[in-house]
Amino acid sequence: MAFLLSFAALIPLDNLGHYIQWHFIEISIANLIVMILMVVTFIVALVAPFPGRSRRKENR
Amino acid sequence: MSTSEIDRQWTTRLRRRVEGKLPPEKLLPDTQPTYVSSWIYVFGIATLSSLGVVIGTGCILALRGPQWWHGSAYGHFINSMHLWSVEIFFFAMVVHLWGKFAMAAWRGGRALTWMTGVVTFLVSIGAGFTGYVSQSNFDSQWISTQAKDGINATGAGAYFNVLNLGQMLMWHIVLLPLGAIVLTGMHVLMVRIKGVVPPFEEGAEVAE
Ligand code: HEM
Repeated sequence: MAFLLSFAALIPLDNLGHYIQWHFIEISIANLIVMILMVVTFIVALVAPFPGRSRRKENR
Repeated sequence: MSTSEIDRQWTTRLRRRVEGKLPPEKLLPDTQPTYVSSWIYVFGIATLSSLGVVIGTGCILALRGPQWWHGSAYGHFINSMHLWSVEIFFFAMVVHLWGKFAMAAWRGGRALTWMTGVVTFLVSIGAGFTGYVSQSNFDSQWISTQAKDGINATGAGAYFNVLNLGQMLMWHIVLLPLGAIVLTGMHVLMVRIKGVVPPFEEGAEVAE
């Protein structure tokens, strides 16, 4: 349990959230990070080589 | 019974239709075209797997109830599994739908695949929102008192009352999961019936 609690202390969650404001756009840092991660994951999914792809081609 | 009578039975007709549209080798294929070996095709099944964890952990939460999931370490753990599998579910679903959008995967008579995806997305958002107001803590109190103003402004509050915990919980654990599961089943069956959409080819029409 103490081990798990030390994990929980890594990110302080009891404070107010942080927000970015740009004119009428207001978004929490947490949501922005998730959106950036989704875009990055999408791009990586398109370009990263899929394991076994070249091997299967050789066999055919 | 004459053969024509047998032919007209709904069981016979349904069996022939299913056999024609979804023979076993299409339902459970052993190979896929080479262009499917790309990470972007992993996100449909990632969405499906995380949905499985969402439903499984939700069922464990239902077994023991709110006192347990708010008050014990194991309860907290399952509660967190439920939350984080939902996060992965939506994350994977969004990457999945971006991928399908980029491929225009509704081509070649696959409109129903796309549309069942769209409606699943909307139903899942409803399930997420009703989940927020079903937590039975200060967070859900805050969210529901904020949400009621918005919903009352549309007039829908008379039928869908976010302050009614009983109603919200039933939507969250019965109606919306049922919708999501049935729609997901249709979605995946549609993919199997139609086969994976071929890539764009210059000047070529897509076969049905
Ligand atoms: C519960 C949510 C969902 C699940 C479990 C799910 C699952 C799947 C799976 C397993 C596949 C086949 C494998 C693949 O191509 O990735 C697939 C294909 C597809 N999905 Fe989804 N999906 C979901 C949501 C969506 C959404 C929101 C959309 C778009 C609005 C969408 C559009 C499509 C399309 C068009 C295909 C067909 C691709 C093709 O023919 O090549 N799906 N889905």
